[in-house]
Amino acid sequence: MSDGEEIILRDLSDADLVEQMKDDLYDGMAAEVHEGTQILLERGWDANDVLSEALVEGMRIVGIDFRDGILFVPEVLQCAGAMKGGMELLRPILAASDSKASLGTYVIGTVKGDIHDIGKNLVGMMLEGAGFEVIDLGINNPVDNYLAAIDKHNPAIMGMSALLTTTMPYMGVVIEELEKRGILKNLPVMVGGAPLNQEFADAIGATSYGRDAAVSAELAKALVGRNR
Amino acid sequence: MSDAARRTGGRQARLGRRARPQEAEAAQPESLVTTSANPDGPVLVLACGAIANEIIALREQLGVTDDAMVLHCLPAELHNRPGQIAPRVDAFLSEHRHKYSRVILGYGDCGTGGALDKVLERHEANRLPHAHCYEFFATTPRFNQITDAEIGSYFVTDFLVRHFDRLVWEGCGLDTRPEMLETYFGNYRDLVYLAQTDNPDLQTKAQEAAARLGLNYVYHKVGYGDLAEAIREAADV
Repeated sequence: MSDGEEIILRDLSDADLVEQMKDDLYDGMAAEVHEGTQILLERGWDANDVLSEALVEGMRIVGIDFRDGILFVPEVLQCAGAMKGGMELLRPILAASDSKASLGTYVIGTVKGDIHDIGKNLVGMMLEGAGFEVIDLGINNPVDNYLAAIDKHNPAIMGMSALLTTTMPYMGVVIEELEKRGILKNLPVMVGGAPLNQEFADAIGATSYGRDAAVSAELAKALVGRNR
Repeated sequence: MSDAARRTGGRQARLGRRARPQEAEAAQPESLVTTSANPDGPVLVLACGAIANEIIALREQLGVTDDAMVLHCLPAELHNRPGQIAPRVDAFLSEHRHKYSRVILGYGDCGTGGALDKVLERHEANRLPHAHCYEFFATTPRFNQITDAEIGSYFVTDFLVRHFDRLVWEGCGLDTRPEMLETYFGNYRDLVYLAQTDNPDLQTKAQEAAARLGLNYVYHKVGYGDLAEAIREAADV
């Protein structure tokens, strides 16, 4: 957390402001990130550039430090809250903009029997930042919810999350159903959650395993051939 | 970069303050050491610090001395960092396994995603066959009954009630960011106190904890559950 000293964001150069926004995002300062986003837009920045250079880059650093044990879940959630502060301004602009084609729709949800959604929500935010249209099914989803969402949204990727060792096997149930219906060959399925690992993801036939939110977003981009 | 004033926060400030203190205890690669037992040595119970009191109580009930059954605990805080449990257990057993005849782990899988079992296999050690301590205290049928009735059950034990402020409230950062309460606990409905002992003070504290989290309070006196049998078997009495 910063020392709370007064900074006039408008006095900063673009480069300094972007660096300050990344620091403020890292420190979970939502109002400051919101203000920085507003200033860059007023200075004529493209919303996509604000998103990628300040917010997504800031969250990428957060992801690295979360992976390395520098940041923990409470802090990452505060960072995500700060990113939301900027996304509130960018989302409507990006939605109305033709300048950047969406990477596609990503359907995501926590599996049946599991009410944990913190990790899923972080992934959703990173995916949104990466350019996906995210359809969040929420928690406790039986296979029918996933099937209905696939029918309705024709996603480019589907993601499932679980926090419990008792609920993660249900991911296998969903994948089996997708396979049975011939959906799996055309729909990459990503899985993630604290107790999962690559071995489990391979065993249930998932397309890929997202170790954390930042990695998941990168993997998703790679799956739609848009890794940059 | 200009010289314009900027806040002194951000990543560099954090790294400067913390100097990567977690590196030493961060998930270390598995040692891949395979250890041997000492047939004449005592039994080791290597447990989560959150169940130390219960193991000591059971050991006393069984009349087993602490020479015959050695208890070593890893920090209860690992509950919030399950990725570190298997490497920490591995490191301890690599160094100390040879002193003991048998080793039982006072852990369930505890969110390690099977990593703990791989370590235990190499060190000829066993753990309780449950997902976590809530299940082995409640026993599996009762635990399933509770979660089937209310999927949004947030469990606490004697230890967690006693240390609610430090491990739950501050552990989640709610002391500095109370607005995060909904993010953490919004999907829960009940705080379920799985009590090991009949302690009115703890029951009051658990009720207060439920109120602070905005959850209904549910009380189950479950005692030591399957932990009792596991310790009895380990003591071979």
